[in-house]
Amino acid sequence: MIAAAAFYLFAAVLIASAVMVVTSRNPVHSVLFLILAFFNAAALFLLAGAEFLAMILVIVYVGAVAVLFLFVVMMLDVDFSALREGFQRYAPVGGAVGLVLFAELVFVFGSWSFADDVGGLRLNPTPEGVDNTRAIGRILYTDHVWLFQLSGLILLVAMIGAIVLTLRGRPASKRQDIGAQVARSGSVNLRQVRPGAGLGEIGIERPPVEAPKPVKQVEHHGHDHGGHH
Amino acid sequence: MEAFLATPVGILALTVAQAMALLVPLLIGVAYLTWAERKILGAMQMRKGPNVVGPFGLLQPFADALKMLMKETIIPSGASRALFLMAPMITFMLAMLAWAVIPVNDGWAIADINVGILYLFAISSLGVYGIIIAGWASNSKYAFLGALRSAAQMVSYEVSMGFVIVTVLLCVGSLNLTEIVRAQSTVWFIIPLFPMFVIMFISALAETNRAPFDLPEGESELVAGFFVEYSSMSFALFFLGEYANMILMSALITILFLGGWLPPMAMEPFTWIPGPVWFILKICFCLFVFVWVRATFPRYRYDQLMRLGWKVFLPFSLVWLIITAAALKIFGWLPAVG
Repeated sequence: MIAAAAFYLFAAVLIASAVMVVTSRNPVHSVLFLILAFFNAAALFLLAGAEFLAMILVIVYVGAVAVLFLFVVMMLDVDFSALREGFQRYAPVGGAVGLVLFAELVFVFGSWSFADDVGGLRLNPTPEGVDNTRAIGRILYTDHVWLFQLSGLILLVAMIGAIVLTLRGRPASKRQDIGAQVARSGSVNLRQVRPGAGLGEIGIERPPVEAPKPVKQVEHHGHDHGGHH
Repeated sequence: MEAFLATPVGILALTVAQAMALLVPLLIGVAYLTWAERKILGAMQMRKGPNVVGPFGLLQPFADALKMLMKETIIPSGASRALFLMAPMITFMLAMLAWAVIPVNDGWAIADINVGILYLFAISSLGVYGIIIAGWASNSKYAFLGALRSAAQMVSYEVSMGFVIVTVLLCVGSLNLTEIVRAQSTVWFIIPLFPMFVIMFISALAETNRAPFDLPEGESELVAGFFVEYSSMSFALFFLGEYANMILMSALITILFLGGWLPPMAMEPFTWIPGPVWFILKICFCLFVFVWVRATFPRYRYDQLMRLGWKVFLPFSLVWLIITAAALKIFGWLPAVG
């Protein structure tokens, strides 16, 4: 009974926050509602007994992906009135696209049917006597190891692509070569110095002092002071 | 009594009582951590530290708390009100939430769940939200800059922390925190995995925004960083959350590397002292090093911080992970699984 009540609570909050993601005016609030949605999805995983998936969902999506979303969205300077300006003009096109997508969804769900033996697997993700971390490991690293590695490879390619597209060598930027700094010797060292010793006594040359500029003589109105008399 | 504890209400009451038994000492610990930090810093800088309120200044934390409570909560104009007030609560709540899975002694965890270490990792990675929301909701450039720095810093150091945790898990063969401690009954993991311990400790410093990685606060450049606009209790919650996080990270290091509640040797004089005392002693040792580091090192520059995280710790922990896995496989030390 408690599990069922918890399920409906989390599911309701999940759907409500998903709606708020789309409808809220402020993009930062959208991302925050998205995070709430992730949390409730994780809670649903927990109820289904998939605690490993729940924790990974929180770590990866809430702990890393959504942080970067928030990071970007907070720095965007979005002008909302400008966004709303062409609403009347674009509404029919948007509506048509939405209608097509909705029709497709109806077709998909209309022709959806479960295999005969799948009923026993629903909400029963682990085999008897194995906790679900091990159950996932057993499947992922044996039967589906190629797909698993392939998806990792795709992510790697995407990452390299993003770096290649955005990395520009800027010759003007200053860089610090830590290796060179650590490896150098002689320029910085500690030594014992008698208190009160002058710089010359311990062998440190003062930087050459520039010769003072000749002070410009203030011009007087006349060298002949006695002129008025 | 037994019958009552089996009912749902009884289970709830028992859980609340357990949580209280953990959280009340924790909060007192947080209060005295602030006192201990000031005392240790004082001793290291050859001054006295707080010594006026109560004997040895022992009542200082309560005086500070009372002062905080008396002050006015100021909400800046232009701030996003709800989020502004929510941010310190999130920070404080997360710092408390993680303690649910910490085993103080063999079997003494409020929730002894199978994926305990993942839960801890998840909660600690959520800590960044309190900071980033505070920075954004304050509507102030200093707070925002502090929040951005903090977000980048915490995400970076989590990566190498993740690899450290995976290395430990390889040697244990379980995600359960109690199992992790039990696996160290022969030798604490600090000995075979010493480099990982060092990385974990430094990453914990960065994760809790402590010196020398306290750039999100950066008093000298950002006034006080992400919580510059906070006052009164909302500030106190941030403050308490930061110190509770320090204790949490020390507990995590204790569990992963210092053998949790286990005594240094399973011999007579050591086994007289009960497990929780060992656990607290080890946490105190880690906290002392946290403060020691703060008294010793100057603050890192931001690009150096990022370099250390991505270019030093990440490759090193990856390589060490592979070495550990290879060693376990070659010598047949892999833990029995399933």
